[in-house]
Amino acid sequence: MSLLSVRDLTVKFASRDGAMAALNGISFDLARGERLGIVGESGAGKSITGFALMNLLSKPGFIDGGEILFEGEDVTQMSPKQVRDMRGNRMAMIFQDPMVTLNPVLTIGQQMVETLRAHRNLSFEEARQIALVKLKEVYIPSPDERLDQYPHELSGGMRQRIIIAMALLLDPKLIIADEPTTALDVTIQADIMELLLEMCQSNQVGLILITHDLGVVSQVTERTMVMYAGRIIETGATRSIINDPQHPYTQGLINALPQQTPPGQRLKQIPGAMPTLSAMPTGCPFHTRCAHVTDECKRTAPEVSQFGDTAVACHEVHRLQRDLPKEVAQ
Amino acid sequence: MSWDLETGPLLRVRGLEKRFDLDEGLLESLKFSGGKITRQTRAVHAVNNITFDVNKGDAVCVVGESGCGKSTVARMVAGLISPSNGEIHYGGARIDGLRGKDLLPLRKKIQMIFQNPYASLNPRMTIGQTLAEPLRYHNPGKSKGELQDKAIAVMKSVGIDPAWSARYAHELSGGQRQRIAIARALTVDPEFIVADEPISALDVSIQAQVLNLMLEMQEAHGLTYLFITHDLSVVEHFGTKVIVLYLGSICEVADTRTLFSNPKHPYTKALLSAVPQLKDDRPNHIRLKGEIPTPINLPAGCPFASRCPLADNRCAAEKPMPLQKDDGSIVACHAVEEKRIDALDWV
Amino acid sequence: MSNSTFDTGTPPLATPSRLSLMWNSNIGYSFRRNPVAIISMVVFWLITLAAFFAPVLAPYNPYDPSQIDILNSEYPPVWIDGSLPEFSLGTDDQGRDLLSTILYGTRLSIIIGLCAVALQAFLGISIGLISGYVGGRTDSLLMRLADIQLSFSTLMVAIIFLAITQALFGSEVFSRYAVLFLVGVIGVAEWPQYARTVRATVLAEKKKEYVDAARVMGFGPMRIMVRHILPNSLSPIFVISTVQVANAIISEASLSFLGLGMPPNQPSLGSLISSGFDYIFSGSWWITAIPGLVLVVLVLVINLLGDWMRDVLNPKLYKG
Repeated sequence: MSLLSVRDLTVKFASRDGAMAALNGISFDLARGERLGIVGESGAGKSITGFALMNLLSKPGFIDGGEILFEGEDVTQMSPKQVRDMRGNRMAMIFQDPMVTLNPVLTIGQQMVETLRAHRNLSFEEARQIALVKLKEVYIPSPDERLDQYPHELSGGMRQRIIIAMALLLDPKLIIADEPTTALDVTIQADIMELLLEMCQSNQVGLILITHDLGVVSQVTERTMVMYAGRIIETGATRSIINDPQHPYTQGLINALPQQTPPGQRLKQIPGAMPTLSAMPTGCPFHTRCAHVTDECKRTAPEVSQFGDTAVACHEVHRLQRDLPKEVAQ
Repeated sequence: MSWDLETGPLLRVRGLEKRFDLDEGLLESLKFSGGKITRQTRAVHAVNNITFDVNKGDAVCVVGESGCGKSTVARMVAGLISPSNGEIHYGGARIDGLRGKDLLPLRKKIQMIFQNPYASLNPRMTIGQTLAEPLRYHNPGKSKGELQDKAIAVMKSVGIDPAWSARYAHELSGGQRQRIAIARALTVDPEFIVADEPISALDVSIQAQVLNLMLEMQEAHGLTYLFITHDLSVVEHFGTKVIVLYLGSICEVADTRTLFSNPKHPYTKALLSAVPQLKDDRPNHIRLKGEIPTPINLPAGCPFASRCPLADNRCAAEKPMPLQKDDGSIVACHAVEEKRIDALDWV
Repeated sequence: MSNSTFDTGTPPLATPSRLSLMWNSNIGYSFRRNPVAIISMVVFWLITLAAFFAPVLAPYNPYDPSQIDILNSEYPPVWIDGSLPEFSLGTDDQGRDLLSTILYGTRLSIIIGLCAVALQAFLGISIGLISGYVGGRTDSLLMRLADIQLSFSTLMVAIIFLAITQALFGSEVFSRYAVLFLVGVIGVAEWPQYARTVRATVLAEKKKEYVDAARVMGFGPMRIMVRHILPNSLSPIFVISTVQVANAIISEASLSFLGLGMPPNQPSLGSLISSGFDYIFSGSWWITAIPGLVLVVLVLVINLLGDWMRDVLNPKLYKG
């Protein structure tokens, strides 16, 4: 049984002009200890996916259909108490800004002990010992002192390490990290990513890494899911997605990176911008920016189909794959 | 001071410094210590003794991590804040300290593009008004029709449909807004553009569009750029020369190709190794230990000493001076000077 | 010229009329969904329009001595025994038709309120803009002035000022220029409210990049303040204005009630309430009660509109 199984998840946002779909029936699975990257630009729905998995969506967003099976239980059907019990305990989340998660008026130790004692029947001293061990695990120098410090006394990188330690506090099965290093400097980002990878590997924790940075995804995850305008458009092994992307958008995204073009030359840009929720085109949401657009793309949204290592939602790719055997035969 | 404008650098920055006072009022600056009331003012040392040149047609990139003073340098060059010390010369004339009307001719030559396209356009003005205002202000003699034509030409050149004049910024996407911001800078036909992280607030596919536009504009208008960024992959693609800053001090200045093929300063090496690469599947970067000092209490020695694996007693005590190397790059590092860096295989 | 393609992310431009733009905007939408705001708006306009069309609507002109007969004094409203059918809301102690007097009085109260707020706004916005934009010593000086001004209560300042002017010029001159005096004193006494709000907004707006962009363009401080910062600081100004109009109307009524405002022959709501107050124990309660009710309703609907506006224009709610 997979750790997490998402089926036809649809999330809508209530607005003046009726409910607008921010997630359009997405489905994916995550095995135990697997690391999945969700890549997309702002507005693709990747953060909303993370929030929906934790049942953290707030108004005007709501889950409109589908199921999220986490260890066999449907998160969408859980009572508030069950959700509280699941969060932090079995599923933890790391946000972009550590100051959002850390309470500025409590010391690091107080926050960690409080979290532990809320979920486990531990004495204060026992909880503090566990907190100390976890801080050591994330290579925090002099963890004893850190426990009595306030979040503002620590640097950004240190805070994010503490967030990781706190996420691991109750030995969760799954960590959802939403842009965990976007607010950090490059040198610190690399450290944090390495730490996250190491922690997930050594503790057999599943990871969903939500990011816009393909470089980060390539270093940390085994599988990658590319999202565009509330849909999954391509998913597969990270290596094959980066080395041999199928969907025109994924190709465009990778080709647009400055590393892919010799210095001084024009970058290969994708024209236009992602459609907004209120102005979603018919058919394939990418057709307004796609070089391979056909009438079929404008009419119907392509289904996700499996081809070898990757699953792609694109009429053009489907057609190429269908035609391929014929060409080979000729 | 005079030099040949044809061959001399367009922009010369000499010994630039900027301090921001933390305790501004008289009462705030009074401190009680050791039984006596003394007057102390704390200051953030944002930029410390920076010297560099920008030649005509160059795209000089200033890189560094948050708090290294790169935006402060940009704002001083653009004349938004005045330096605490040092000189800025543009086209042979000193420009720091100019005020009011004296600045006006310079404003037509040096323009700026900002980081956040959601904040850099006035939300209460239409696109048309945003572009028309500087045109009218700087060309008081011209007729309405001429200005209109100019506005339309600028909009077309940055790929914005002139029919959008009546729209407000909030109706446009981030990439479109950044195009408008570039168009606004181009309305006055500048020679020099200071771009403060112009693409870091944008999505990857949009970043490419804006970078391409900036390259096109460089060719079309013969622009010179001072480009502030934290993204090294953009630097490699866009810049002709790189200035690496750490805590307000210069670590290394080099041609882009030299810097990327042969980085010398330990910080530059760490920075380059930390950029996530598409092709590796394992992070393989130089780990920096230690904490970044605060810019309020700067260390006496090398600012990077607290994190540098090669730091010794000299680094902690004496601040290294920027020294020119054989390949033209300038490096401020005792380890490089003493050739300790080659002896140690710490990568 | 460039070879980059036009963005296609936005649908083609249609130019709707200003009215439909307003109706479909966030403000229009929230207004349509808020019954309290709708009712308040309707009541406010009913009172305001009735007051401003007083010369047309009112059956009598309380300023015309030939239409006033002292013998008609203290007739009760029509629903009480002993009333006269021509005086629907009864008459006051001078024999004026109460309905007409209230209409004229409300008009005067609203005019004084609006003018006083206009004066407050002019002073407060100018001072707030300069204080916030220039900063430094100027800012400290102006804000300390505001603090000093705020540490006197408006009524206290007004009472002292009006009492002195009344004694200085004599009550005849004072009566003639009472409107100006009231506008002046209420306007000057409350500018710090505006100045503080505007200064706070300017400080927030000044940090935004569009202000830097304007400075890089070489625009002067005057242009940046008026053309760039002020239009972006309007939301809190609107909100505070509604509250201030209500406050100014109350101040005017209070001062008139105390005999320091409008004289009895030029009745505002306050002086009408005041003049009826003497007769309340002789049974003629309506002279005080009915204008009092109008005053309460007027101030209430303005405050309700102000509350609604604050919710809609709250930048945290719709900009984030």
